[in-house]
Amino acid sequence: MSDDTTRLFLGLVAVLATASAVAGVLTWRSPQPLPSTLENLNARIKAWWIMVAGISLAFLFGKGGVILLFAFVSFAALREYVTLTNTRHADRWTLLGMFLVVIPVQYYLIWIDWYGLYSIFIPVYCFLAMPALTALRGDTSRFLERVSEQQWGLMLSVYCISHVPALVTLPIPGNEGRGLLLIAFLIATVQGSDVLQYIFGKLFGRRKVAPNISPSKTWEGLIGGIASASLMGAGLYWLTPFSPLEAGTLAGLACIMGFFGGLVASAIKRDRGVKDWGHLIEGHGGMLDRADSLVFAAPVFFHIVRYAWT
Amino acid sequence: MMAKASLLQRASGATLAGLSRAVTGVRPIWAGVAPSGRQRIYFANHASHGDFILVSTCLRPAERSRTAAVAGSDYWNAGPARRFIAGRLLRTVLVERNWVERTADPLQVMLAALDAGESLIFFPEGTRNMTEEPLLRFRSGLYNLAFARPDVELVPCWIENMSRVLPKGAVLPVPLLCRVVFGAPVALGEGEDRKVFLDRARQALLSLAPEKDGTRR
Repeated sequence: MSDDTTRLFLGLVAVLATASAVAGVLTWRSPQPLPSTLENLNARIKAWWIMVAGISLAFLFGKGGVILLFAFVSFAALREYVTLTNTRHADRWTLLGMFLVVIPVQYYLIWIDWYGLYSIFIPVYCFLAMPALTALRGDTSRFLERVSEQQWGLMLSVYCISHVPALVTLPIPGNEGRGLLLIAFLIATVQGSDVLQYIFGKLFGRRKVAPNISPSKTWEGLIGGIASASLMGAGLYWLTPFSPLEAGTLAGLACIMGFFGGLVASAIKRDRGVKDWGHLIEGHGGMLDRADSLVFAAPVFFHIVRYAWT
Repeated sequence: MMAKASLLQRASGATLAGLSRAVTGVRPIWAGVAPSGRQRIYFANHASHGDFILVSTCLRPAERSRTAAVAGSDYWNAGPARRFIAGRLLRTVLVERNWVERTADPLQVMLAALDAGESLIFFPEGTRNMTEEPLLRFRSGLYNLAFARPDVELVPCWIENMSRVLPKGAVLPVPLLCRVVFGAPVALGEGEDRKVFLDRARQALLSLAPEKDGTRR
């Protein structure tokens, strides 16, 4: 356990403790019953403690722990996604294969660091196998829709998310043994950006970015959140092999991708008539409600770092 | 006749509840009724063998250990494995569905369980629904129970998605999120006609289902 890991951990605990203290004072001064925003805030902070504890625990077990953690994230996310899709009885084997074969294989390939295969296993082999399997079952009703819905589900929930633990395998010269910190950097900036966008939006939000998709996403929240999260990323450069400027730029890029991830997830939810993906994380909704920004940010961040630093 | 839940039944009940939570993340939605220690008949839509596990998972452990599922003995008594599961592992009240050859009146079997203090999970369609219809016509059982034991609460429970998780003939479950929506109790009115009551109970259950376009409450 390096000094930097300890420093990061203590920093996170300090941030959460501050958040809890502020929320505690607000709760104490608020009239009963608590307004729903405050109740939700309390639930969110409590869930953050649990999530930080979970991630820290996974980090203690190193690469294997992080891979298992994100395999679970993929499982929970895919389950939420498939629940909202229109499946038919004939899709059963495809669905079972997605959970029982694709998730374990994708994360195993990351464990053995076979970049050549884990980067194409889903978008080539699974994407060809799924329509073939569906055709073999003989039910052609809404064929294209059924196949592509599930392909897109694998892309979001498994392929993209698996690029978070894949960061640990990148052979960056001079960064040996510090791959986990790179993951911590990505998660901290992207999730930090979500929180900061929420705060800026609540404080200053007026002009909506996409009123048809999400009433809570405003330009003020977006710009304030991403700018401050980029600054935070620059301040966290010591976790990474980057200079402060590079760290800030990459953080900004990840946050912009994260914003699009949240927007796309909102569009899917709106289309399916649900407010949240699920109820796994109290106050936040489902796993995908929390991970949607990471879904879009992870592969792009991964490939930029891989291209420019290895 | 029904003894208290054995240790084995409590343990397997808790194990099954854990498993069904791991696979389906099942959540009870108490819409119009709250969990309580009152004796109840939970009546639900039926399309999967997992249905009664899902309902009992949603109950508090104390309730779970006094709640038995009503199931067809023709299925659960076929073969030693099923008999062991239904008789020893799970809390079931087995009734004979075959009118011609049956030796025990299903109503008497269920009333005996109620008189022993059991709550029941009951599927008023009488069989698993394999059609495209959301809910089949109710058989008379629910009316007969309501008529014979008017002080037992009849709680409609809409089971969502379980037929996609574990359809008929399937062994491996597909992990999908499930919910059980518990609605306001239905009571038999003074002198209410059998058919009118059954239709009303069916509508009460159906009204808990999500909209046609998949919109959930």
